[in-house]
Amino acid sequence: MEFSFDLLWEILPQLLRATVVTIEATLAGFAISLIVGLVMVSGMRARQRWLRFLSRFAMEFLRATPLLVQVYFLFFVLPGFGITLSPFLTGVTALGLHYGAYAAEAYRAGLESVPRGQWEAAVSLNYSRLAAYRHIVLPQALPPIVPSLGNIAISMLKDTPILAAVTVTELMFVANEIGSERFQYTEPVTAAALIYLVLSLAAAPLINFIDRRLRPEETRA
Amino acid sequence: MMPMVRFENVTKRFGATVVLDAFDFEAARGEKVVLIGPSGSGKSTLLRMLMTLERIDAGMVMIDGEALWYVRDGADVEPVTQAHLHHMRAKVGMVFQHFNLFPHMTALQNVANAPRHVLGKPKAEAEALAEMLLRKVGLGDKLSSYPARLSGGQQQRVAIARAMAMEPKVMLFDEVTSALDPELVGEVLDVMRALSVERDLTMLIVTHQMGVARALADRVCFFEKGAIVEQGPPEQVIDDPVHARTQSFLRAVRLT
Repeated sequence: MEFSFDLLWEILPQLLRATVVTIEATLAGFAISLIVGLVMVSGMRARQRWLRFLSRFAMEFLRATPLLVQVYFLFFVLPGFGITLSPFLTGVTALGLHYGAYAAEAYRAGLESVPRGQWEAAVSLNYSRLAAYRHIVLPQALPPIVPSLGNIAISMLKDTPILAAVTVTELMFVANEIGSERFQYTEPVTAAALIYLVLSLAAAPLINFIDRRLRPEETRA
Repeated sequence: MMPMVRFENVTKRFGATVVLDAFDFEAARGEKVVLIGPSGSGKSTLLRMLMTLERIDAGMVMIDGEALWYVRDGADVEPVTQAHLHHMRAKVGMVFQHFNLFPHMTALQNVANAPRHVLGKPKAEAEALAEMLLRKVGLGDKLSSYPARLSGGQQQRVAIARAMAMEPKVMLFDEVTSALDPELVGEVLDVMRALSVERDLTMLIVTHQMGVARALADRVCFFEKGAIVEQGPPEQVIDDPVHARTQSFLRAVRLT
Protein backbone atom coordinates (compact mmCIF):
# COMPACT_ATOMS: atom_id res chain seq x y z
CA MET A 1 0.00 0.00 0.00
CA GLU A 2 1.23 3.45 -0.86
CA PHE A 3 0.36 6.75 0.66
CA SER A 4 -0.06 9.45 -1.96
CA PHE A 5 0.68 12.95 -0.73
CA ASP A 6 -0.42 14.27 -4.09
CA LEU A 7 -3.86 12.84 -3.60
CA LEU A 8 -3.96 14.19 -0.04
CA TRP A 9 -3.09 17.65 -1.35
CA GLU A 10 -5.74 17.39 -4.03
CA ILE A 11 -8.59 16.44 -1.74
CA LEU A 12 -7.65 18.75 1.11
CA PRO A 13 -9.84 21.72 0.00
CA GLN A 14 -12.87 19.42 -0.19
CA LEU A 15 -12.15 18.03 3.24
CA LEU A 16 -11.67 21.47 4.75
CA ARG A 17 -15.00 22.63 3.36
CA ALA A 18 -16.56 19.61 5.01
CA THR A 19 -14.70 20.45 8.23
CA VAL A 20 -16.57 23.75 8.31
CA VAL A 21 -19.84 21.79 8.29
CA THR A 22 -18.51 19.58 11.10
CA ILE A 23 -17.62 22.63 13.20
CA GLU A 24 -20.96 24.26 12.48
CA ALA A 25 -22.81 21.10 13.47
CA THR A 26 -20.80 20.81 16.69
CA LEU A 27 -21.34 24.44 17.69
CA ALA A 28 -25.05 24.41 16.82
CA GLY A 29 -25.55 21.06 18.53
CA PHE A 30 -23.67 22.27 21.58
CA ALA A 31 -25.73 25.46 21.80
CA ILE A 32 -28.93 23.43 21.57
CA SER A 33 -27.70 20.95 24.18
CA LEU A 34 -26.95 23.77 26.64
CA ILE A 35 -30.52 25.01 26.33
CA VAL A 36 -32.08 21.54 26.31
CA GLY A 37 -30.04 20.69 29.41
CA LEU A 38 -31.24 23.82 31.17
CA VAL A 39 -34.87 23.03 30.35
CA MET A 40 -34.46 19.45 31.54
CA VAL A 41 -32.75 20.35 34.78
CA SER A 42 -35.40 23.00 35.48
CA GLY A 43 -38.02 20.31 34.92
CA MET A 44 -36.23 17.93 37.26
CA ARG A 45 -36.24 20.59 39.97
CA ALA A 46 -39.80 21.80 39.36
CA ARG A 47 -42.42 21.81 42.11
CA GLN A 48 -44.83 19.73 39.99
CA ARG A 49 -44.27 16.03 40.43
CA TRP A 50 -45.45 15.16 36.88
CA LEU A 51 -42.95 17.62 35.41
CA ARG A 52 -40.13 16.11 37.43
CA PHE A 53 -41.13 12.64 36.30
CA LEU A 54 -41.40 13.67 32.65
CA SER A 55 -38.02 15.39 32.65
CA ARG A 56 -36.29 12.47 34.32
CA PHE A 57 -37.90 10.05 31.88
CA ALA A 58 -36.83 12.16 28.88
CA MET A 59 -33.31 12.34 30.22
CA GLU A 60 -33.02 8.61 30.83
CA PHE A 61 -34.56 7.87 27.44
CA LEU A 62 -32.15 10.13 25.56
CA ARG A 63 -29.13 8.72 27.34
CA ALA A 64 -30.19 5.10 27.05
CA THR A 65 -30.83 5.03 23.30
CA PRO A 66 -28.14 5.35 20.60
CA LEU A 67 -27.61 8.68 18.92
CA LEU A 68 -27.86 6.99 15.53
CA VAL A 69 -31.34 5.72 16.36
CA GLN A 70 -32.37 9.21 17.45
CA VAL A 71 -31.05 10.72 14.22
CA TYR A 72 -32.96 8.14 12.17
CA PHE A 73 -36.07 8.73 14.22
CA LEU A 74 -36.01 12.47 13.60
CA PHE A 75 -35.20 12.03 9.92
CA PHE A 76 -37.52 9.21 8.90
CA VAL A 77 -40.30 9.10 11.49
CA LEU A 78 -41.07 12.76 12.14
CA PRO A 79 -42.04 13.51 8.49
CA GLY A 80 -44.86 11.01 9.03
CA PHE A 81 -46.21 13.48 11.59
CA GLY A 82 -45.86 16.33 9.13
CA ILE A 83 -42.55 17.63 10.50
CA THR A 84 -39.80 17.73 7.91
CA LEU A 85 -36.36 19.09 8.77
CA SER A 86 -33.32 19.49 6.54
CA PRO A 87 -30.58 16.89 7.11
CA PHE A 88 -28.38 19.46 8.87
CA LEU A 89 -31.21 20.61 11.17
CA THR A 90 -32.16 17.03 11.88
CA GLY A 91 -28.57 16.25 12.79
CA VAL A 92 -27.95 19.17 15.11
CA THR A 93 -31.34 18.69 16.77
CA ALA A 94 -30.49 15.07 17.49
CA LEU A 95 -27.05 16.03 18.78
CA GLY A 96 -28.58 18.76 20.93
CA LEU A 97 -31.23 16.49 22.42
CA HIS A 98 -28.88 13.58 23.02
CA TYR A 99 -26.13 15.63 24.62
CA GLY A 100 -28.67 17.91 26.29
CA ALA A 101 -29.42 14.97 28.56
CA TYR A 102 -25.75 14.85 29.54
CA ALA A 103 -25.64 18.62 29.94
CA ALA A 104 -28.65 18.36 32.27
CA GLU A 105 -26.73 15.89 34.39
CA ALA A 106 -23.75 18.28 34.51
CA TYR A 107 -26.00 21.20 35.48
CA ARG A 108 -27.59 19.07 38.19
CA ALA A 109 -24.18 18.25 39.66
CA GLY A 110 -23.27 21.95 39.58
CA LEU A 111 -26.49 23.04 41.24
CA GLU A 112 -26.13 20.40 43.94
CA SER A 113 -22.61 21.60 44.65
CA VAL A 114 -24.03 24.93 45.86
CA PRO A 115 -24.45 24.58 49.64
CA ARG A 116 -27.91 24.76 51.21
CA GLY A 117 -26.76 27.73 53.25
CA GLN A 118 -26.59 29.81 50.06
CA TRP A 119 -30.28 29.15 49.40
CA GLU A 120 -31.14 29.95 53.00
CA ALA A 121 -29.23 33.22 52.78
CA ALA A 122 -31.14 34.02 49.58
CA VAL A 123 -34.48 33.31 51.28
CA SER A 124 -33.49 35.42 54.29
CA LEU A 125 -32.72 38.34 51.97
CA ASN A 126 -36.07 37.89 50.24
CA TYR A 127 -34.75 36.96 46.80
CA SER A 128 -37.31 35.50 44.42
CA ARG A 129 -36.51 32.01 43.17
CA LEU A 130 -35.49 33.40 39.80
CA ALA A 131 -33.29 36.15 41.26
CA ALA A 132 -31.66 33.64 43.61
CA TYR A 133 -30.76 31.43 40.65
CA ARG A 134 -29.52 34.33 38.60
CA HIS A 135 -27.44 36.23 41.15
CA ILE A 136 -26.44 33.62 43.70
CA VAL A 137 -26.80 30.01 42.57
CA LEU A 138 -25.88 29.94 38.86
CA PRO A 139 -22.72 32.05 39.21
CA GLN A 140 -21.52 29.43 41.69
CA ALA A 141 -22.92 26.37 39.92
CA LEU A 142 -21.61 27.06 36.41
CA PRO A 143 -17.83 27.49 36.81
CA PRO A 144 -17.25 24.01 38.29
CA ILE A 145 -19.08 22.35 35.39
CA VAL A 146 -17.24 24.10 32.55
CA PRO A 147 -14.85 21.13 32.22
CA SER A 148 -17.78 18.68 31.98
CA LEU A 149 -19.46 20.85 29.38
CA GLY A 150 -16.16 20.97 27.50
CA ASN A 151 -16.03 17.19 27.48
CA ILE A 152 -19.56 17.14 26.12
CA ALA A 153 -18.52 19.47 23.29
CA ILE A 154 -15.56 17.25 22.38
CA SER A 155 -17.66 14.06 22.49
CA MET A 156 -20.16 15.79 20.27
CA LEU A 157 -17.48 16.74 17.77
CA LYS A 158 -16.43 13.10 17.57
CA ASP A 159 -20.04 12.00 17.11
CA THR A 160 -20.74 14.30 14.15
CA PRO A 161 -19.89 11.47 11.65
CA ILE A 162 -23.18 9.90 12.70
CA LEU A 163 -24.89 12.72 10.84
CA ALA A 164 -23.48 11.22 7.63
CA ALA A 165 -26.25 8.64 8.02
CA VAL A 166 -28.76 11.29 7.01
CA THR A 167 -26.55 12.77 4.26
CA VAL A 168 -25.12 15.75 6.11
CA THR A 169 -21.99 16.58 4.15
CA GLU A 170 -19.71 16.70 7.14
CA LEU A 171 -16.09 15.61 7.20
CA MET A 172 -16.54 11.84 7.41
CA PHE A 173 -19.30 11.82 4.81
CA VAL A 174 -17.01 13.60 2.32
CA ALA A 175 -13.98 11.46 3.20
CA ASN A 176 -16.06 8.35 2.60
CA GLU A 177 -17.38 9.73 -0.66
CA ILE A 178 -13.88 10.48 -1.92
CA GLY A 179 -12.80 7.00 -0.92
CA SER A 180 -15.58 5.26 -2.78
CA GLU A 181 -15.14 7.39 -5.88
CA ARG A 182 -11.41 6.74 -6.19
CA PHE A 183 -11.12 3.38 -4.44
CA GLN A 184 -8.56 5.09 -2.23
CA TYR A 185 -9.63 5.20 1.40
CA THR A 186 -6.24 5.57 3.09
CA GLU A 187 -5.62 9.22 2.26
CA PRO A 188 -9.08 10.72 2.92
CA VAL A 189 -9.66 8.73 6.10
CA THR A 190 -6.19 9.48 7.44
CA ALA A 191 -6.70 13.15 6.67
CA ALA A 192 -10.08 13.11 8.38
CA ALA A 193 -8.58 11.48 11.48
CA LEU A 194 -5.87 14.15 11.63
CA ILE A 195 -8.40 16.95 11.25
CA TYR A 196 -10.52 15.52 14.11
CA LEU A 197 -7.38 15.24 16.20
CA VAL A 198 -6.43 18.87 15.58
CA LEU A 199 -9.96 20.07 16.40
CA SER A 200 -10.13 18.06 19.63
CA LEU A 201 -6.71 19.23 20.75
CA ALA A 202 -7.55 22.84 19.94
CA ALA A 203 -10.73 22.63 22.01
CA ALA A 204 -8.90 21.74 25.22
CA PRO A 205 -6.96 25.00 25.68
CA LEU A 206 -10.09 26.92 24.71
CA ILE A 207 -12.03 25.22 27.50
CA ASN A 208 -9.20 25.86 29.95
CA PHE A 209 -9.24 29.51 29.00
CA ILE A 210 -12.99 29.83 29.61
CA ASP A 211 -12.62 27.90 32.86
CA ARG A 212 -9.98 30.31 34.09
CA ARG A 213 -11.93 33.39 32.99
CA LEU A 214 -14.98 32.24 34.95
CA ARG A 215 -13.14 31.86 38.25
CA PRO A 216 -11.71 35.00 39.76
CA GLU A 217 -8.60 34.06 41.70
CA GLU A 218 -9.91 35.44 44.97
CA THR A 219 -12.78 32.99 45.09
CA ARG A 220 -10.65 29.92 44.45
CA ALA A 221 -10.40 28.25 47.80
CA MET B 1 -49.21 46.85 72.68
CA MET B 2 -49.25 44.27 69.93
CA PRO B 3 -46.26 41.92 70.13
CA MET B 4 -43.79 41.98 67.25
CA VAL B 5 -43.44 38.22 67.20
CA ARG B 6 -45.98 35.78 68.47
CA PHE B 7 -46.21 31.98 68.53
CA GLU B 8 -49.57 30.54 69.45
CA ASN B 9 -50.01 26.86 70.14
CA VAL B 10 -47.33 25.97 67.59
CA THR B 11 -46.40 22.35 66.95
CA LYS B 12 -43.44 21.32 64.84
CA ARG B 13 -42.32 17.78 64.08
CA PHE B 14 -39.37 16.39 62.18
CA GLY B 15 -40.63 12.94 61.26
CA ALA B 16 -41.54 11.27 64.53
CA THR B 17 -39.63 13.78 66.66
CA VAL B 18 -41.73 16.55 68.15
CA VAL B 19 -39.58 19.67 68.33
CA LEU B 20 -42.21 22.09 69.57
CA ASP B 21 -45.49 21.03 71.14
CA ALA B 22 -48.30 23.55 71.66
CA PHE B 23 -45.67 26.22 72.06
CA ASP B 24 -46.45 29.81 73.04
CA PHE B 25 -44.02 32.72 72.85
CA GLU B 26 -44.09 36.48 72.46
CA ALA B 27 -41.51 39.19 71.87
CA ALA B 28 -42.41 42.87 72.13
CA ARG B 29 -41.40 45.43 69.52
CA GLY B 30 -37.77 46.36 70.12
CA GLU B 31 -37.24 43.61 72.68
CA LYS B 32 -33.89 41.76 72.71
CA VAL B 33 -34.59 38.14 73.60
CA VAL B 34 -31.81 35.59 74.06
CA LEU B 35 -32.72 31.93 73.73
CA ILE B 36 -30.49 29.42 75.50
CA GLY B 37 -30.74 25.70 76.14
CA PRO B 38 -29.36 22.34 75.06
CA SER B 39 -29.09 21.52 71.35
CA GLY B 40 -32.24 20.08 69.85
CA SER B 41 -34.44 22.00 72.28
CA GLY B 42 -36.14 23.93 69.47
CA LYS B 43 -34.44 27.34 69.69
CA SER B 44 -33.02 27.39 66.19
CA THR B 45 -36.19 25.88 64.77
CA LEU B 46 -38.11 28.82 66.19
CA LEU B 47 -35.88 31.25 64.30
CA ARG B 48 -36.02 29.19 61.13
CA MET B 49 -39.84 29.22 61.19
CA LEU B 50 -39.84 32.99 61.43
CA MET B 51 -37.54 33.13 58.40
CA THR B 52 -39.85 30.68 56.53
CA LEU B 53 -37.04 28.14 56.31
CA GLU B 54 -39.31 25.70 58.15
CA ARG B 55 -43.07 25.31 58.07
CA ILE B 56 -45.15 24.64 61.14
CA ASP B 57 -47.41 21.61 61.60
CA ALA B 58 -50.06 23.30 63.72
CA GLY B 59 -50.84 26.62 65.37
CA MET B 60 -50.12 30.19 64.34
CA VAL B 61 -47.03 32.35 63.97
CA MET B 62 -47.54 36.10 63.72
CA ILE B 63 -45.08 38.83 62.84
CA ASP B 64 -46.01 42.48 63.32
CA GLY B 65 -49.70 41.65 63.65
CA GLU B 66 -49.90 39.52 60.50
CA ALA B 67 -50.12 35.74 60.37
CA LEU B 68 -47.07 34.15 58.78
CA TRP B 69 -48.29 30.60 59.18
CA TYR B 70 -51.75 29.65 60.40
CA VAL B 71 -52.33 25.90 60.37
CA ARG B 72 -55.35 24.15 61.82
CA ASP B 73 -56.39 20.53 61.36
CA GLY B 74 -53.32 19.98 59.19
CA ALA B 75 -54.23 22.64 56.61
CA ASP B 76 -53.34 26.28 56.02
CA VAL B 77 -56.17 28.49 57.30
CA GLU B 78 -54.59 31.44 55.57
CA PRO B 79 -53.23 30.33 52.21
CA VAL B 80 -49.45 30.78 52.05
CA THR B 81 -48.76 32.25 48.62
CA GLN B 82 -45.36 33.25 47.28
CA ALA B 83 -46.47 36.88 47.45
CA HIS B 84 -47.39 36.46 51.11
CA LEU B 85 -44.03 34.84 51.89
CA HIS B 86 -42.17 37.70 50.21
CA HIS B 87 -44.30 40.23 52.07
CA MET B 88 -43.50 38.60 55.41
CA ARG B 89 -39.80 37.93 54.69
CA ALA B 90 -39.31 41.64 54.11
CA LYS B 91 -39.89 42.18 57.85
CA VAL B 92 -37.25 39.68 58.96
CA GLY B 93 -33.48 39.39 58.61
CA MET B 94 -31.27 36.52 59.65
CA VAL B 95 -27.61 35.90 60.45
CA PHE B 96 -26.37 32.31 60.34
CA GLN B 97 -23.82 30.30 62.28
CA HIS B 98 -21.72 29.68 59.17
CA PHE B 99 -22.14 33.22 57.74
CA ASN B 100 -23.42 31.99 54.35
CA LEU B 101 -21.82 34.88 52.53
CA PHE B 102 -21.87 34.72 48.74
CA PRO B 103 -18.33 33.57 47.89
CA HIS B 104 -18.35 34.96 44.36
CA MET B 105 -19.04 38.52 45.51
CA THR B 106 -16.89 41.08 47.33
CA ALA B 107 -17.97 42.31 50.76
CA LEU B 108 -19.53 45.35 49.12
CA GLN B 109 -21.40 43.26 46.54
CA ASN B 110 -22.60 40.88 49.25
CA VAL B 111 -24.30 43.76 51.04
CA ALA B 112 -25.41 45.72 47.95
CA ASN B 113 -26.81 42.84 45.88
CA ALA B 114 -30.16 42.35 47.62
CA PRO B 115 -30.98 46.07 47.97
CA ARG B 116 -30.26 46.32 44.26
CA HIS B 117 -31.90 43.19 42.89
CA VAL B 118 -34.61 42.56 45.49
CA LEU B 119 -35.59 46.10 46.46
CA GLY B 120 -34.71 47.52 43.03
CA LYS B 121 -32.52 50.36 44.28
CA PRO B 122 -30.21 51.97 41.71
CA LYS B 123 -26.68 50.59 41.74
CA ALA B 124 -25.05 53.73 43.13
CA GLU B 125 -27.59 53.99 45.93
CA ALA B 126 -27.28 50.32 46.88
CA GLU B 127 -23.50 50.55 46.95
CA ALA B 128 -23.52 53.73 49.00
CA LEU B 129 -25.81 52.01 51.50
CA ALA B 130 -23.55 48.96 51.57
CA GLU B 131 -20.46 51.08 52.09
CA MET B 132 -22.11 52.97 54.93
CA LEU B 133 -23.15 49.74 56.65
CA LEU B 134 -19.74 48.11 56.20
CA ARG B 135 -18.09 51.18 57.74
CA LYS B 136 -20.52 50.89 60.62
CA VAL B 137 -19.36 47.33 61.33
CA GLY B 138 -15.73 48.41 61.06
CA LEU B 139 -14.99 47.00 57.62
CA GLY B 140 -14.60 50.20 55.61
CA ASP B 141 -11.20 48.98 54.43
CA LYS B 142 -12.50 45.57 53.25
CA LEU B 143 -15.10 46.66 50.71
CA SER B 144 -13.47 44.88 47.78
CA SER B 145 -12.32 41.77 49.67
CA TYR B 146 -13.84 38.40 48.85
CA PRO B 147 -15.16 36.33 51.80
CA ALA B 148 -12.35 33.78 51.42
CA ARG B 149 -9.88 36.54 52.30
CA LEU B 150 -11.74 37.59 55.47
CA SER B 151 -11.51 36.15 58.98
CA GLY B 152 -14.56 34.49 60.51
CA GLY B 153 -15.29 37.55 62.62
CA GLN B 154 -15.05 39.81 59.59
CA GLN B 155 -17.27 37.52 57.53
CA GLN B 156 -19.90 37.50 60.23
CA ARG B 157 -19.83 41.29 60.42
CA VAL B 158 -20.38 41.45 56.65
CA ALA B 159 -23.31 39.07 57.12
CA ILE B 160 -24.84 41.35 59.75
CA ALA B 161 -24.42 44.37 57.46
CA ARG B 162 -25.98 42.38 54.62
CA ALA B 163 -29.05 41.53 56.68
CA MET B 164 -29.40 45.10 57.98
CA ALA B 165 -29.28 46.50 54.44
CA MET B 166 -32.81 45.11 53.95
CA GLU B 167 -34.09 47.16 56.91
CA PRO B 168 -35.79 44.35 58.80
CA LYS B 169 -37.99 44.88 61.83
CA VAL B 170 -36.89 41.61 63.37
CA MET B 171 -33.31 40.33 63.33
CA LEU B 172 -32.61 36.67 64.00
CA PHE B 173 -29.17 35.55 65.14
CA ASP B 174 -28.69 31.79 64.97
CA GLU B 175 -25.56 30.89 67.00
CA VAL B 176 -23.66 33.59 65.15
CA THR B 177 -20.55 33.37 67.34
CA SER B 178 -20.43 29.58 67.69
CA ALA B 179 -18.22 28.97 64.65
CA LEU B 180 -15.74 31.69 65.61
CA ASP B 181 -12.39 31.43 67.33
CA PRO B 182 -12.80 32.76 70.88
CA GLU B 183 -10.74 35.89 70.21
CA LEU B 184 -13.04 36.85 67.34
CA VAL B 185 -16.28 36.68 69.34
CA GLY B 186 -15.74 40.14 70.81
CA GLU B 187 -15.76 42.03 67.51
CA VAL B 188 -19.06 40.42 66.43
CA LEU B 189 -20.55 40.98 69.86
CA ASP B 190 -19.58 44.66 69.67
CA VAL B 191 -21.47 45.00 66.39
CA MET B 192 -24.53 43.30 67.87
CA ARG B 193 -24.36 45.52 70.93
CA ALA B 194 -24.27 48.59 68.70
CA LEU B 195 -27.34 47.27 66.86
CA SER B 196 -29.19 46.64 70.10
CA VAL B 197 -29.23 50.39 70.71
CA GLU B 198 -31.84 50.70 67.95
CA ARG B 199 -34.99 50.81 70.03
CA ASP B 200 -37.43 49.58 67.40
CA LEU B 201 -35.33 46.64 66.22
CA THR B 202 -36.52 43.36 67.69
CA MET B 203 -33.69 40.88 68.13
CA LEU B 204 -33.99 37.15 68.75
CA ILE B 205 -30.64 35.61 69.56
CA VAL B 206 -29.87 31.92 69.91
CA THR B 207 -26.53 31.32 71.61
CA HIS B 208 -24.51 29.00 73.80
CA GLN B 209 -22.32 31.81 75.05
CA MET B 210 -23.51 33.36 78.27
CA GLY B 211 -21.36 36.43 77.62
CA VAL B 212 -23.49 37.14 74.57
CA ALA B 213 -26.67 36.64 76.58
CA ARG B 214 -25.52 38.93 79.36
CA ALA B 215 -24.40 41.66 76.96
CA LEU B 216 -27.54 41.85 74.86
CA ALA B 217 -30.59 40.40 76.55
CA ASP B 218 -33.59 42.21 77.92
CA ARG B 219 -34.91 38.75 78.61
CA VAL B 220 -33.32 35.30 78.61
CA CYS B 221 -35.43 32.22 77.84
CA PHE B 222 -34.17 28.80 78.82
CA PHE B 223 -35.47 26.13 76.43
CA GLU B 224 -35.76 22.46 77.03
CA LYS B 225 -37.51 19.88 74.90
CA GLY B 226 -39.48 22.46 72.98
CA ALA B 227 -40.72 24.43 75.93
CA ILE B 228 -39.52 27.50 77.84
CA VAL B 229 -38.67 26.23 81.30
CA GLU B 230 -37.54 29.49 82.81
CA GLN B 231 -37.30 33.10 81.65
CA GLY B 232 -36.47 36.54 82.98
CA PRO B 233 -33.76 39.20 82.97
CA PRO B 234 -30.24 37.84 82.42
CA GLU B 235 -29.05 38.54 85.95
CA GLN B 236 -31.83 36.32 87.24
CA VAL B 237 -31.82 33.44 84.71
CA ILE B 238 -28.06 33.23 84.25
CA ASP B 239 -26.80 34.20 87.70
CA ASP B 240 -29.57 32.96 89.93
CA PRO B 241 -31.64 30.35 88.09
CA VAL B 242 -34.56 28.80 89.91
CA HIS B 243 -35.17 25.68 87.85
CA ALA B 244 -32.93 22.65 88.45
CA ARG B 245 -32.53 22.02 84.69
CA THR B 246 -31.41 25.61 84.10
CA GLN B 247 -28.88 25.27 86.91
CA SER B 248 -27.36 22.06 85.56
CA PHE B 249 -27.29 23.42 81.97
CA LEU B 250 -25.47 26.56 83.07
CA ARG B 251 -22.99 24.53 85.08
CA ALA B 252 -22.25 22.42 82.01
CA VAL B 253 -21.88 25.49 79.78
CA ARG B 254 -19.48 27.18 82.20
CA LEU B 255 -17.24 24.15 82.23
CA THR B 256 -16.67 24.26 78.48
